[in-house]
Amino acid sequence: MSFSFADVDSVRKGLSDVQYLADEGIAGVVYLAERLQKPVLVEGPAGTGKTQLAKSVAEATGARLIRLQCYEGLDESKALYEWNYKKQLLRIQAERQGEDPEGDGMWQQIEDDLFSEEFLLTRPLLEAIRAAEPVVLLIDEVDRVEIETEALLLEILSDYQVSIPELGTVAASQIPLVFLTSNNTRELSEALKRRCLFLHIDYPDLDREKEIVLAKVPGVGESLADQVARIVRSVRQIELKKAPSVSETLDWARTLVLLGVEHIDADTAAETVNILLKYRSDIEKALKEFASSDEDFAAPVAAS
Amino acid sequence: MKVEPATSPLLALLAGFISELRAAGLPVSLTENLDAMEAIQHIPIEDRDAFKYALAATLVKNHAHWRAFETVFEVYFSLRGAEYDLVDGEWPEGMDLSDFVDGLDGQQRRQGGGGGEAMSAEQLAEMLFQALMRGDDALMRAIARQAVQRYAGMEPGRPVGGTYYLYRTLRNLDLDGVLERLMDQARQDAPGDLTPLEERLERDEFEARVDQLRKEVEAEIRRRLVADRGVEAMAKTLRKPLPEDVDFMHASREEMMALRRAIYPLTRKLAVRLARKRRHGRKGPLDFRNTMRHSLSYGGVPAEPKFRYPRPAKPEIMVVADVSGSVAAFARFTLHLVYAISNQFSKVRSFVFIDGLDEVTSFFEGVDDIGEAVHRVNAEADVVWVDGHSDYGHAFEVFWERYGKDVGPKTTVMILGDARNNYHASQAWILKEIEHRARKVFWLNPEPGAYWDTGDSIVSEYGVHCDGVFEVRNLRQLEGFVENLV
Repeated sequence: MSFSFADVDSVRKGLSDVQYLADEGIAGVVYLAERLQKPVLVEGPAGTGKTQLAKSVAEATGARLIRLQCYEGLDESKALYEWNYKKQLLRIQAERQGEDPEGDGMWQQIEDDLFSEEFLLTRPLLEAIRAAEPVVLLIDEVDRVEIETEALLLEILSDYQVSIPELGTVAASQIPLVFLTSNNTRELSEALKRRCLFLHIDYPDLDREKEIVLAKVPGVGESLADQVARIVRSVRQIELKKAPSVSETLDWARTLVLLGVEHIDADTAAETVNILLKYRSDIEKALKEFASSDEDFAAPVAAS
Repeated sequence: MKVEPATSPLLALLAGFISELRAAGLPVSLTENLDAMEAIQHIPIEDRDAFKYALAATLVKNHAHWRAFETVFEVYFSLRGAEYDLVDGEWPEGMDLSDFVDGLDGQQRRQGGGGGEAMSAEQLAEMLFQALMRGDDALMRAIARQAVQRYAGMEPGRPVGGTYYLYRTLRNLDLDGVLERLMDQARQDAPGDLTPLEERLERDEFEARVDQLRKEVEAEIRRRLVADRGVEAMAKTLRKPLPEDVDFMHASREEMMALRRAIYPLTRKLAVRLARKRRHGRKGPLDFRNTMRHSLSYGGVPAEPKFRYPRPAKPEIMVVADVSGSVAAFARFTLHLVYAISNQFSKVRSFVFIDGLDEVTSFFEGVDDIGEAVHRVNAEADVVWVDGHSDYGHAFEVFWERYGKDVGPKTTVMILGDARNNYHASQAWILKEIEHRARKVFWLNPEPGAYWDTGDSIVSEYGVHCDGVFEVRNLRQLEGFVENLV
């Protein structure tokens, strides 16, 4: 079996070629996922690039991305497969209009026909299993499905196969690289976690965030990127309802570039802060923190 | 893939590592154990970071457990070798001190900066300042080692915890003073005056660097202790409870911070789970009228049966919390949790007391930030009557007098406290009256069950009039209780 990545460094390089800056941990887990042929459960705050990681891996390896967006009420017929009832009905009708069915042999044949692959509608999970070419399967926001529905995923995650009662078991011809993302709104079941490698993606550190801004925002200068990253880091230290995510950092940097800002001063920051923070109470809090003089905020920061 | 026979020293070390993880409370299953063994065969063993992430990805499936994992990892797989022996105090190989000293500004250059031993305390402080100013990681690491060597006063076999050495080292380095000096320097270097924004940014940057140094010092002390005492003993002393198991009453400041961080995701999770439970309740009996109505669209055939979904009544909650020193933290967390899921209740009212009692419901009304509201409760509520020592009897009297008429058959009353009454009159009859009127009365006690009814604790005197008395010492127990409440 051939692998797309020779070692951890080549994962990093491959991902950075498609503009995804992975740190040591991310690259290491992606590498292991391919070697161990295990799914990766990616967890972390919203907007830190969990979904983007799967997309970028697909792009870097040249694999097709198949995406299953999870939501409450997702079931088998939308995740795995479904029989095409309309087509099956048509098939029965067509038979009737032809010769008169004589005896059981005919019926047997219709039945066999009805539950053949021709009438099977594949949904993302089955499609990922049946694909002949390399595939990256992204199961997005897996914490949104009910705990019972999670069980649907277990067979495919551990054995890379899907059992269809009428057809038998469909096993994967190639092992897809699977990413599950979770915003951690509920505890996932032990059974699911046990089958996965676990990767927590947190907000990036100062240097990485700066690099991300430089890579993703065209026309941004070195010093502006540095300032953006530093301000965002400081904002994240305040206790907020929703700390700014990486995507919001990028939006902010883009705005500043569009406005032609070279150097961020307090006024520019105050005018554009609504791109970074989405709650009014957060904005007020941040403005208050930054406007106050040094002695005032030193104490609460140290105590919080 | 075959796992190597268990004779290899690495495997023995890993086995010890994993059993230590389990002892620290991490749920490591057998399959995960095997996965870890397989994972480390795919990475170059000399790459310590990769090794760490391989173990983390296979063994730690909950981010809240990361800290515990990291501590155990550092103990088991820290770099060990002759250079960490306690007697040896030379600068690490290949790190020429004179280079650094030459690199400093001319006025600060000292002649003949040779080995670390030759440096004076002032020189070390100066180097520290420069290293922090420039954010020089290698130099910072070297200084951390030197500082531990010089100030911690570590002696082989001395039965003292790591925090003691850490304290001694950091006290001598005076990091707060250094931070101020760095800020002064930054102010001088700036072309004009620093705006508050710039000042803030500079400070955050330096604080991050100082933090980094502190971590280096900690790591250095840990390495030396491991070398001295051995892995198992060290891991045992460093073992700490996971955030959800931390005792409210005995949490250190650091643990308190971890708890505060943990409470927000917990409340969010709880709210989602409860809302879901409500929506996906079991089906009730057939709703005949509704079924007939829907049968019209099928020509009178009742093809789509409709059911009466049970709609459990939302309880009305009254929280009565002791906020005196010993149990204040517990009251804070419980209030926080109850208000975070307040949409699961038809009404929430809260009262706090020490020896007087005050209603604090208004602090929580129309507030986004529950943490802020809880903070205001601590600062503004009028809860002291005579001397500021808990007096449950008087507090209940006031409650009964002022709010007793509001307790009705839909009300669930939650009383939070350790029932340590300082030998005042208990006035347990009030609780009996409340129990008569209210739907349920629960008592949550943050003390371990073994301490109940010892000293001035009179839990059982009140407890006979409650529908349940629960021991709630940590977040896990609190979460469980609140979930059952709804």
